[in-house]
Amino acid sequence: MENSILVRDLTKRFPGFTLDCVSFRVPKGRIVGFIGENGAGKSTTIRLILNELKRDGGAVELLGRDPADPAARAEVGVVFDVCNFPEVFTPRDVERVLSGVYPAWDGQAYRGYLKRFALPEKKRVKTLSKGMKMKLAISAALAHKPKLLILDEATAGLDPVVRDEILDLLLDFIQDEEHSVFFSSHITSDIQKIADYVVLIHQGQIVFDEEKDVLLDRYGILRCPKGAEVEPGDYIVRRETGVSAEYLVRDRAEAGRKYPKAVADAASLEDIMLFYIKGEASCGE
Amino acid sequence: MYLTNQYARYKQYKGAIPIDILISNSSGKPIYEQICGQIKTQIMDGSLTAGEALPSMRALAKELHLSVITVQRAYEDLTRDGFIETVSGKGSFVAAQNQEFIREERLREAEGLLQRAAELGRSHGIPLEKLTGILALFYEEGD
Repeated sequence: MENSILVRDLTKRFPGFTLDCVSFRVPKGRIVGFIGENGAGKSTTIRLILNELKRDGGAVELLGRDPADPAARAEVGVVFDVCNFPEVFTPRDVERVLSGVYPAWDGQAYRGYLKRFALPEKKRVKTLSKGMKMKLAISAALAHKPKLLILDEATAGLDPVVRDEILDLLLDFIQDEEHSVFFSSHITSDIQKIADYVVLIHQGQIVFDEEKDVLLDRYGILRCPKGAEVEPGDYIVRRETGVSAEYLVRDRAEAGRKYPKAVADAASLEDIMLFYIKGEASCGE
Repeated sequence: MYLTNQYARYKQYKGAIPIDILISNSSGKPIYEQICGQIKTQIMDGSLTAGEALPSMRALAKELHLSVITVQRAYEDLTRDGFIETVSGKGSFVAAQNQEFIREERLREAEGLLQRAAELGRSHGIPLEKLTGILALFYEEGD
C-alpha cells in the first residue's frame, strides 16, 4: 500500500451541488493540503472518504481498505472544525469514553499531549477556549495511534500561535514514514508552510493536484499592460485589473524571458487559488 | 506571505551534527536550493567534515517547518553532486571530499560572479580592459 487515501472518480449528487468525478491520492509519509473556498466540496469529500455519506459513484480506498471496514476507520484520526465533545465533559471524561471505543487507545500518550498543550484534565469543555478545544480534539485523535490524520478546517478561527503549535504537531506525527496527513483548510498559509502536495477543489471538481514546491518555485504571475496580449497557450488563467492584465503562468522564468516587457512574480498559494476561482481560463485549458 | 522575510534556524538534532540553515522566503530562490547551497558551503569551509551524520530529512523538515519533499530534493541534489552519501536505514553523511571537486565547485561559483560583472559591463558600456584591470587589482590585493 503506497497511498493512505486513494480516491477515484468520486461522485455525489445533492440538489444544487454535485461532487463531480473527484480523483486524488494521499501518499504514505506525506502531508496533503486540500484547499478551496467554502462550499467547494471539501467537507463532502472528507465525509465520503470516512463513509459518513453514501457515494453515488467512484471508489475510495482508505489505508488500503474499503472505508466501510471498521478496521480501516480505527486507524484514522479525524478532527473537525468544531469540537464535538459534550460541553460538560472534562478531558478526563473524554479519555474514559474514547478508551472504551478504541482498543489502541494510549492513555499515556493522551496525557502527554494534554501536558504539552497545557490542557487542564479536570476543566469542563465548555470553559475551554476555541484553541484549547481544538488542541483537545487533536490530542484525542492522536491518542488512538492513527496512521492517517484527517483534519477538516481544524485551524480555522485559531490564532497564529495555536496554528503554529498544531503545524508542529503534524510535522511530529509524520516523523514516522508510515503516517500521513490530509488537511483541508481555506487558510492557505498553513498549507503553504508544511504540505507536500496541494489539491484545489472548486465547484465540486478538482482543479489541480500538484507538488507544492512546483507551485511555489515555478508558477508565477505575469503582469502586462493592457493590450500587450499573451498567447493563449502561454498561460493558465487570465485576470484583468483597472490598469493591467494578469496571467497565471506555469513557468514564471520562461514567461519572463518570452515577455521581457511584462513583470513576472512568484505566486503564493492564495494568489494561485484566487486566479483559478476568479479568473478566466485560457482556451488551451 | 512571501513579502515578509522569515528566517528559520536549525541547530543540533540529537546525535546528528549541528548545522545552521537560514531560510529566506523572500529571496526568490527556491527553498531546496537555499538548503542545498548552505550545506555545500558548510562542507566546503570545513565546518562539516567527512563522515559526519546529517539530520534525517524528516527531522530537518520539522525543524524548518517545511515539506519533507523540499528537504528531500535538497538532499538528492547534494547526493548527486557528491557532497553527501545516503545509506538506506542509516541516514545521510558528509561524503569524503576530493579537493579537485571542491576547486571545481568554487570555480563554477567564480564564473557565475564574473558573468554577472561582464553583463553589467556590457550593458553599461564599461570596457573589458577596465573590468579585467579591476579584477587583477582585487586579486593581487589579497596577497
